[in-house]
Amino acid sequence: MASRGQCSPVLRVDNVGKIYGPGCPYCVELTGPEHGRNVCPKCLSIVAFHGISFELFETEVLGIVGESGSGKSSLLRCLHLDEDPCSGSLYHKEVDNGRRDLFTCSWQQKRTIRTRLLAVVYQSPHLGLRMGLTAGANVAEPLLVNHHRPNFGAIRARVMDLFNRVELPTDRADCPIRSFSGGMQQRVQIARALACNPSVLLLDEPTSGLDVSVQASVLDLIRRIQWDTGLPVVIVSHDLGVIRLLTTRTLVMRFGRVVEAGLTDQILSDPQHPYTQQLVASALT
Amino acid sequence: MKLSTVAKGVESSLFSNGPSTGYNFGYLNEEIKREIRRKILKAVAIPGYQVPYSSPEIPIARGWGTGGLQITLSIIGPEDRLKVIDQGCDDSVNAVNLKRFISMMTGCEVTTETTMATLIQTRHRVPDTPLKQGQILVFQVPIPEPLREVEPKVELCRRMHAEGDYGLMWVRLYEETVRWGRVTVGARYPVLVHGRYVMDPSPIPRWDIPKLNRNEALLLFGAGREKRLYAVPPHTSVEPLEFEDVPFTVEDQRGKACELCGSRDSFLDEIPREDGLGSRWCCSDTDFCSRKRLEVSRAKGRALILKKDARI
Amino acid sequence: MKRKATILSVRNLKKSFKIHLLGELTVNTIENFSFDVDEGDFAVLVGPSGIGKSTVLNCIFRTYLVTGGNIIYSSRDGSQLDLASCDERTIMRLRNTEMAYVTQFLHCQPRMAAELVVAAPRVAQGLSLEQALQEARELMERMALPRELWRAFPATFSGGERQRVNLARALISKPRLLLMDEPIASLDPKSIATVVDILKEMRQKGTTFLSVFHELGPIKSLVTKVIPLGSRSLQDLEANQRKRNSGSPEVTFGR
Repeated sequence: MASRGQCSPVLRVDNVGKIYGPGCPYCVELTGPEHGRNVCPKCLSIVAFHGISFELFETEVLGIVGESGSGKSSLLRCLHLDEDPCSGSLYHKEVDNGRRDLFTCSWQQKRTIRTRLLAVVYQSPHLGLRMGLTAGANVAEPLLVNHHRPNFGAIRARVMDLFNRVELPTDRADCPIRSFSGGMQQRVQIARALACNPSVLLLDEPTSGLDVSVQASVLDLIRRIQWDTGLPVVIVSHDLGVIRLLTTRTLVMRFGRVVEAGLTDQILSDPQHPYTQQLVASALT
Repeated sequence: MKLSTVAKGVESSLFSNGPSTGYNFGYLNEEIKREIRRKILKAVAIPGYQVPYSSPEIPIARGWGTGGLQITLSIIGPEDRLKVIDQGCDDSVNAVNLKRFISMMTGCEVTTETTMATLIQTRHRVPDTPLKQGQILVFQVPIPEPLREVEPKVELCRRMHAEGDYGLMWVRLYEETVRWGRVTVGARYPVLVHGRYVMDPSPIPRWDIPKLNRNEALLLFGAGREKRLYAVPPHTSVEPLEFEDVPFTVEDQRGKACELCGSRDSFLDEIPREDGLGSRWCCSDTDFCSRKRLEVSRAKGRALILKKDARI
Repeated sequence: MKRKATILSVRNLKKSFKIHLLGELTVNTIENFSFDVDEGDFAVLVGPSGIGKSTVLNCIFRTYLVTGGNIIYSSRDGSQLDLASCDERTIMRLRNTEMAYVTQFLHCQPRMAAELVVAAPRVAQGLSLEQALQEARELMERMALPRELWRAFPATFSGGERQRVNLARALISKPRLLLMDEPIASLDPKSIATVVDILKEMRQKGTTFLSVFHELGPIKSLVTKVIPLGSRSLQDLEANQRKRNSGSPEVTFGR
């Protein structure tokens, strides 16, 4: 039986870029890995990232690796439509058959896309969760958007089902989220992201700051979810170990540009770009 | 010192049937009244949407019904018959003072009978007597924003209304239902107006919420301190936010009746007994209660007459 | 003898590494290497240590980018693909369906049970988890991997056990072309015999093998082709072998 690949990409990113600040005609050519900086010397704007393009197909796991200041987290926020980029387009298979640039959609449309199509898990639970609510309410929130008369029983059942899926004890569903540990809060974020059966999952450093054993179990959860659903995933991480274990393809970012892209095992075994070689050589494992 | 004594000597009002107190008809000047009326028109055109307005200074303090009063003064005409109730009661200190002020500023008739009034200003209750086409009910609103508890930031609230994104409100209802089995919000129960905006109906009891739906009267809401007004035009749908399988319920008054008139169909106030043993229940709406008592005594009278006739 | 179809045709393969960190040092590992592998072959790359045998396998599997030359692979559907230059999606598809690689090291997730590691390729091919686990358990049973280890994590296994998991993972998907890099180095003779049986069976069922072994003795019954690196031709190697004293294990060269 053939693998679950598709011929058209689920997500297509075309030349997106973002500059924080006034911007000037020299911003792009005076920043980047060759110059070793993000800040434009002429107008002091920050070129967060520029010229990023890639495609994401069904069942693929794409890794975006880079160090602080590489722009990977800003890129993810733009992909999740939380921020607007300064240039480029984003296409999703289910929005007008991949012909409509998502960045041009209205707020309401973006909100629906953010809940139903693109789900995100942030590094810090404070960004992805509402800390004043219970854990169950956090998972229920995406299910309650855009409803006039939701069915309480159905939503509650789905919340419990999601809790089971991320291996959280259901008897703690009604506890305040603040009482959960870091690893458990990440699981709640994952459950919340999966609530509306998204078609793309975006993970921003999902295991950074967690203990090693907790990290392993969260990675295991992500892998299993990806197995069960064939969901395409974008993982942003600075940890090469995570990239090696979970991803099939990788983009290496530095100072806002992609310096190398390819199959993960090739990037890690035979890196071409000097920065990638340095990164791989510095990894602890 | 009476107001009329102070105003003696000042040029009399332009309106012949207005009092000669030297104030403009309705206290507010015409420009302000025009502004408020325009905002009311906008509010009526967008049911449930909070329209910001000027909220001018008037001689009562904020938090004592300035919003309702400003609306009343802007729309009242010399032919109007005014009723003012406070928690359903015509005779409370606040209601009486408001009535006195408005009638002094306009010369309008005042009444306690819901059926006779053309303009009713209310604090925290909807009259139990059904309203008719042509009547206007003006609500005094403390907090116009139904999302205030779930989202303290004003900018985010406005965005939620603009996008029709009431997820956070539903989350609150969800949490309540999880904890208590039903939504326990007593007053200010959020309602969906015309299928678009979630509105705060002011702190009326749940009992009154169903009356808002497709009411024949025009409902106007004024929040003076917050400087917002909103409206529900006649025959507009007003639905409480409820789960499909956990429906909205009103207060449970089974087994209770008004001590004075015997009514079971009106909202009842609980009044602790003087001896401290339990409480008594009385109609909150004084006009409804007095009419009911009149009906009851007339019925009793008719029965007596029939009995007498029978004996003759 | 019936002429077999060529499944892999390597022409003028060149691989060099440019190490920027050492001042742009260029290491030329392979230069101008060519060979063919026919369908059904059990081909073995031989040569001194460090000559680049693993590099050849890595180039074919695309773990390394090829610096020059072509690697023409004949796919199951009949198409001829140049693995050196085709796009990543095609390589991913081939890795999922037709090619497998048993490396020297077992890289897998820390908390993944051995049976899941073995079952993974079948799941990627679309099988349900239960069916894949069933196949995985059968294979692990055959390879004499103790039952109590099936649910354990390979990170805690011995070298030999890890290697068996590694092998099983590659064998389970019944690939068309199986690349192997020292797959039996840490195994005891009994396990080697079991593995040889399995490999024989797979060869009969149509898998082609290209592998690296540092000892040809245990697998001599399987080998059909020897591809030397570091010598100019096969004849040279044969001549070298004949010149050597007896005592080294005899090697049969298949055609």
